Amino acid sequence: MADKKNESLSKTLLVVVILCLVCAVVVSGAAVGLKPIQQKNAALDMQRNVLDAAGLLQPDTSVVELFNQRVETKLINLNTLEVVEQANDLGPVNYDPIAAANKPEWSTKLDKSEDIAGIGAREDVTKVYFINNEQGELQTLVLYIRGYGLWGTMYGLIALQPDLSTVRSVNFYEHSETPGLGGEIQNPKWVAQWEGKQIYGDNYEEVQFDVMKNPAQENHDIDALSGATLTSNGVEYLVDYWFSDKAYGPLLDKIRKGELNNG
Amino acid sequence: MASSAKEMKEVLFGPIFANNPIALQILGICSALAVTSKMENTVVMCIALTMVTAFSNLFISMIRNHIPSSVRIIVQMTIIASLVIVVDQILRAYAYSIAKELSVFVGLIITNCIVMGRAEAFAMKSSPGLSFLDGIGNGLGYSVVLLFVGFIRELFGSGSLFGTQIFALASEGGWYQPVGFLLFPPSAFFVIGAFIWILRTFRPEQVEPKD
Repeated sequence: MADKKNESLSKTLLVVVILCLVCAVVVSGAAVGLKPIQQKNAALDMQRNVLDAAGLLQPDTSVVELFNQRVETKLINLNTLEVVEQANDLGPVNYDPIAAANKPEWSTKLDKSEDIAGIGAREDVTKVYFINNEQGELQTLVLYIRGYGLWGTMYGLIALQPDLSTVRSVNFYEHSETPGLGGEIQNPKWVAQWEGKQIYGDNYEEVQFDVMKNPAQENHDIDALSGATLTSNGVEYLVDYWFSDKAYGPLLDKIRKGELNNG
Repeated sequence: MASSAKEMKEVLFGPIFANNPIALQILGICSALAVTSKMENTVVMCIALTMVTAFSNLFISMIRNHIPSSVRIIVQMTIIASLVIVVDQILRAYAYSIAKELSVFVGLIITNCIVMGRAEAFAMKSSPGLSFLDGIGNGLGYSVVLLFVGFIRELFGSGSLFGTQIFALASEGGWYQPVGFLLFPPSAFFVIGAFIWILRTFRPEQVEPKD
């Protein structure tokens, strides 16, 4: 089958160059052409996660409609506690705090001793979802949380009641824990335990929330996952971290005073 | 094209049982282990692999007379890799939640030995039409095994099929205690082993001679 003239240097180069050009055009065509749909999917997925965490997700209603109706997205600088219109040239819709945490110029690197959740760096600007009731009062606040489990980072959203301590729900939407063991952090039965637990003790000063075997404090603790100690510890540490003074603590204090959530 | 209907049929349906790429040639095992814990993912993976194999066979066969043999593997890889990226992009656009679970394994279709194996062994020597059918046939052969494995793993591992609960789980007050081991990738080895055993019981000619 091998034609003699196929083996010449010029023919080889020609074939390779043409092939590369054709493949490059096809691949970039597909990537560019499908990008708008993919971004829409990713945004829709995130909106669904937020509604799910807030307990608003209903099977029949359109996610986009419900989200636009009920949820107000704000970007907040965690260092200055100010609402910002834009972060890294992106508005509230497109800004991704997790992507920002990977960029040194948009995040603060954490010291080993501070970094109990194992996240490496914390984004400077976070995205907070405010869900108000019809009277315009804060009903639910949804925050991003994440931390290292056994195999990788667990990404979640936590929905808080207006006291900003009592959990409404939690949704770990992305993780790589062992199926059947740590992967049970997505099990609705385990997630249901979170409802009504208070993260802070009295005066909202200290994080009291624990993940442990045989929960000791009914108001604050949830049962660990059996066979998944490291995942359970990871969940506990990530809550410890995100609700500490280093992360969301000051922000929650400010919102609790009634600031930041007007309009 | 000199191919008769009989030849076409053989090329298309041969790889399903008579010359199954996984069961007889033991190719493409890695993804068979990884993606088969849920039927839904399995089906998408099967379609993706069948498409890639069919189209890579088609394109490679179309230019087979112009491929210099010194760079033929690279040429095949480039075509396969481009197709895989296109398939991955399409999945992300139209089946987002499945693409999220499959993502890395879709990428790994590039290294799936079935695709390379068919390109090198069949498409380099055959006409485009037959090569395309050969790609579909081998994709179907791969799919048969994957669907079998996925069926067993999801049914007995989670008590469900396509996400619909079939067996009432003991943890939710039912009677069925799921076999957690089936949710781990290594369990697919046992299921594939069982598949090969059953296949060779009915087709003793596939049993390898004793050393």
